[in-house]
Amino acid sequence: MTRLVPLTFALPLLGAALSLLAVRHQQVQRIVNLVSLGATLAISVVLLVAVERDDAAVVARLGGWPSEIGITYVVDRLAALMLVIAFVTLLTVLVFAVGQGANDERSPYYHPAYLVLAAGIAAAFSTGDLFHLFVAFEVLLIASYVLLTLHGRPSQVRAGTTYVVINTLESLLLLTAVGLVYAATGTLSLAELPVRLAELDPGLRTGLQMLLLIAFGLKAAVFPLFFWLPDSYPTAPSPVTAVFAGLLTKVGVYALIRTQTLLFPDQHRTLLIVVAALTMLIGVLGAIAQSDIKRILSFLIVSGIGYMVMGLAIGGAAGVAATVFYLLHHIPTKTSLFLVEGVVESSERTGELDRLGGLARRSGPLALLFAVPALSLAGVPPFSGFVGKLGLITAGVDDGQYVLVAVALVVSLLTLVSMAKIWLGAFWGPKSDGDAREGGILRRRPTMGGATAVLVAVTLTVALGAGPLYALCERAAADLTTPGHYAGDVEAAP
Amino acid sequence: MSLPLVALIGVLFATGTYLMLHRTITRIVLGVAVMGNGVNLLLLTAGGRRGTAPVIGGEGTFTDPVPQALVLTAIVIGFALQAFLLALAWRNWTVDGNDEVEDDLSDRRLAGPMDDADGGTDGGVDADTQPDPPGEGGPR
Repeated sequence: MTRLVPLTFALPLLGAALSLLAVRHQQVQRIVNLVSLGATLAISVVLLVAVERDDAAVVARLGGWPSEIGITYVVDRLAALMLVIAFVTLLTVLVFAVGQGANDERSPYYHPAYLVLAAGIAAAFSTGDLFHLFVAFEVLLIASYVLLTLHGRPSQVRAGTTYVVINTLESLLLLTAVGLVYAATGTLSLAELPVRLAELDPGLRTGLQMLLLIAFGLKAAVFPLFFWLPDSYPTAPSPVTAVFAGLLTKVGVYALIRTQTLLFPDQHRTLLIVVAALTMLIGVLGAIAQSDIKRILSFLIVSGIGYMVMGLAIGGAAGVAATVFYLLHHIPTKTSLFLVEGVVESSERTGELDRLGGLARRSGPLALLFAVPALSLAGVPPFSGFVGKLGLITAGVDDGQYVLVAVALVVSLLTLVSMAKIWLGAFWGPKSDGDAREGGILRRRPTMGGATAVLVAVTLTVALGAGPLYALCERAAADLTTPGHYAGDVEAAP
Repeated sequence: MSLPLVALIGVLFATGTYLMLHRTITRIVLGVAVMGNGVNLLLLTAGGRRGTAPVIGGEGTFTDPVPQALVLTAIVIGFALQAFLLALAWRNWTVDGNDEVEDDLSDRRLAGPMDDADGGTDGGVDADTQPDPPGEGGPR
């Protein structure tokens, strides 16, 4: 089992190398990409099953070094869950991109960059070492820079510059934090850090926590640090934006969950509560002000991050469990919304609400594919978002955070308003002018439609299997919030 | 950890921050490079006192090898990043003929006719732009 852990990022990297060798053969690249992501997904599922069966994390020590010296990979419940959902998303978006066959996917460097991105994401989820987390972030960031600016169009260069500079700054801050953590404690292993950090002066601990919070907060796009996201994401082609929206900010959230629960449990919760409330609110207000589908959805990513930070801020097993479930719901939901937008844009050549209309009459299935994740994101009962929000709000009420709960409820309503805005602008109303072609938008794009449908089905599965899945999230949260559990798992491993 | 080194780290961070606040990409790249060196020095000083070369089984107290490994990795990553930023700056110059990071057009459009009704959603990047022709792609 241990041997499988490094494969989660080694396979995509190997695929990237093969794919680079085959720059002239697009079909080969596609097959290599599909096979490596598919195999990694299978490995992730096996790891999740193994973690559940043994009730202990799968630990891999590279080169057999003990964790004080070498790099350790720890796949616990949270990491395994994230790996599975990440590779499901990566795989479906890849199928979508191949189906779309737009300029970007035809670029010889799309597939290698996509696989490197996958490797970075997998490494970030499975690492048990703070410095290696930094390296994993760099790997996925550099791949994301390439994907964002693949064709060097003026708009891409403009938005790409902001994105690259902000993320470079984030990398420097993270590296500073890593250096200072090492200077203060003499270790970077996540298993050993909790004990060493607890011995430090509280002021020093606060300083380290703030540096890590700022670095990961920039990546996750929380309230004062989100401004780069709605600016840069919409300029990328739809399949790329879908992956960025679904996964990149969530890697930041994952790092926040990891560091806050493991290294600084219950420290400065008030700050996190304020950040969560403002992130939710400002994200959704930004979304309502926009008039382009991609930009509305981009602002809603920020709002969604607020919900995840909310559970983390409430803390305790209940809060963290709700955050983990919300993550699992948000990744496929958000990605499928961006994929629907991709279908709309590929058919209508625009994402501006002013120039769209009547899509529901022309393609009922497409409207359905939009409506399900949209209602889910707003938290309407039968869908997965409702379960996630119910969990968050229950945890909030139990903890006595009434203001935060009120904000969350209002933001839910406003999310519904912004979704209704897309619905009214693009799907309802008279047919759009210009080339008002007749229906069959999806029939002419079977692969894109199929991939989107699969992802929507995943969100429905999350809703249908909410009972067992929520129980799994609760176990993952119990692992995270029990002091010494992580270290115990790492020590107990051979 | 020596005082001059600490002061140098401070100066490198300050200079890097100052350069990064500019709008020209070349200055930003220089800022990233300078601040990156500051971070690398900081990692190096995190290793504590100097000693003999670290070889397993060697005599005496040896230098902590971990920060040096970290710095090497960080230098390689920083090099790649700066190369990418320079490529981006070059592309920006061929596309635009200048070296400046520009404002987001949709932000300007949104902020233009609305004055400051949506204050707070976008921090201050859109205030000093020339007025756009009203009408096209307005809000709501």
